[in-house]
Amino acid sequence: MNATVSSSASAVPDVIDRLAGIAPGSHLDRVRAQREQARTHAQQSYLSLFAPVPPLIGNFEIVDRFAIAAFVAGLHGQAEAARFYADGLAGQGAEAAVLEAIAGETKRGAAAGPYGRYPAGPLSAEDAAGPSYAVGDAQRQVLGERLSSALAHAHLLVFHPRDASAAALQSLLDAGWSSTEIVTLSQLVAFLAFQIRVVTGLGALAQRPVTLVD
Amino acid sequence: MAAESTLSHPDNTHPIAFTQAQLEWLPWLEPLPEAELTERHFAGLVDASRAKSPYFRLLARDPDILGARTRTDKDIFYNPEAGLPRAERELSAAAASRYNGCIYCASVHARFASHFSQRTDDVQRLLDEGVQADLGERWNTIVAASVALSSTPSAFGAEHVEQLRALGLDDLAIADVIHGAAFFNWANRLMLSLGEPQQSVAA
Repeated sequence: MNATVSSSASAVPDVIDRLAGIAPGSHLDRVRAQREQARTHAQQSYLSLFAPVPPLIGNFEIVDRFAIAAFVAGLHGQAEAARFYADGLAGQGAEAAVLEAIAGETKRGAAAGPYGRYPAGPLSAEDAAGPSYAVGDAQRQVLGERLSSALAHAHLLVFHPRDASAAALQSLLDAGWSSTEIVTLSQLVAFLAFQIRVVTGLGALAQRPVTLVD
Repeated sequence: MAAESTLSHPDNTHPIAFTQAQLEWLPWLEPLPEAELTERHFAGLVDASRAKSPYFRLLARDPDILGARTRTDKDIFYNPEAGLPRAERELSAAAASRYNGCIYCASVHARFASHFSQRTDDVQRLLDEGVQADLGERWNTIVAASVALSSTPSAFGAEHVEQLRALGLDDLAIADVIHGAAFFNWANRLMLSLGEPQQSVAA
């Protein structure tokens, strides 16, 4: 290993450490310490979405943020992240019917991405079909229009972001989301696509330790 | 508050192929007006020059997550201390963008990958042929790892770690591949969903 390894590894495990199984002082903790700003601000990103500093910008309740996150993490099929956000939703005091509806929708929404269409032209040969998704009628009664429209948008972003459209944003506006809230919603879903992949990647790295650095 | 509506760009010439050319980007939601940006917004933008960009002024509607995201981005791609060479961090970003289908993000990071590697033709093959293009063993392996990580659910596993190790990448370099590709799964989803690319008018 040719990298200089910092000795100032962080003593406080963050969400990525926790989900990827990286212990303080471990080899991967020291690897992460060499990108200290990335480590700090990945966690800061999590906090700004799930524990924002008041006053809240827009009207996007924390319990709804965790409901969407539980759905998104479930769709990614990463067990630790899925459990973490499902537990987070329960910790926000969500009703049992909501927990059940989110768990049910996570199963209903399962797919494999990325798929979707390109603008007509040479890339059309790469168009790949896949499911479009809407919350089931019974679950829509439980979750409401606004949260249901957010889940549909989250599913689009998770699996087939190249099918995104102004019309998809208009349906969020029609369901009561403001432009500012849509920015936060988009950041939340897109951030999880990052965080969960870092957990997957570092988790795989952690299972194949090299000892040269130690 | 009056109901908001999306912005439309009926006259836009949308690029229909991946390119290393400079593209523009048009938002589907109203960015904040530059004159209304406060200290908190500028803190989120990090670089004041980003106030010129409609993309960043739209994201500035939630300045705290924008600021944290921008600082994450900068360390993953610009931190010069050891790890993966810059050209290959850009390659991981371009590969994820090509795979997800973000023509705008791919154009930016393909240009950077070409600039830092001087392998413009290989980068163009990634854009033209897709993520299966033969770019030589080292780049093929980095692209394959970035693509596996970008699949949903992720297909990245121990075999990718082993293949990257076999090329001589140390764990910080492998972590850089992971972070570069993972970060563009964040960026692609914002650029693709909040607006559309625009073919620049030839200068």
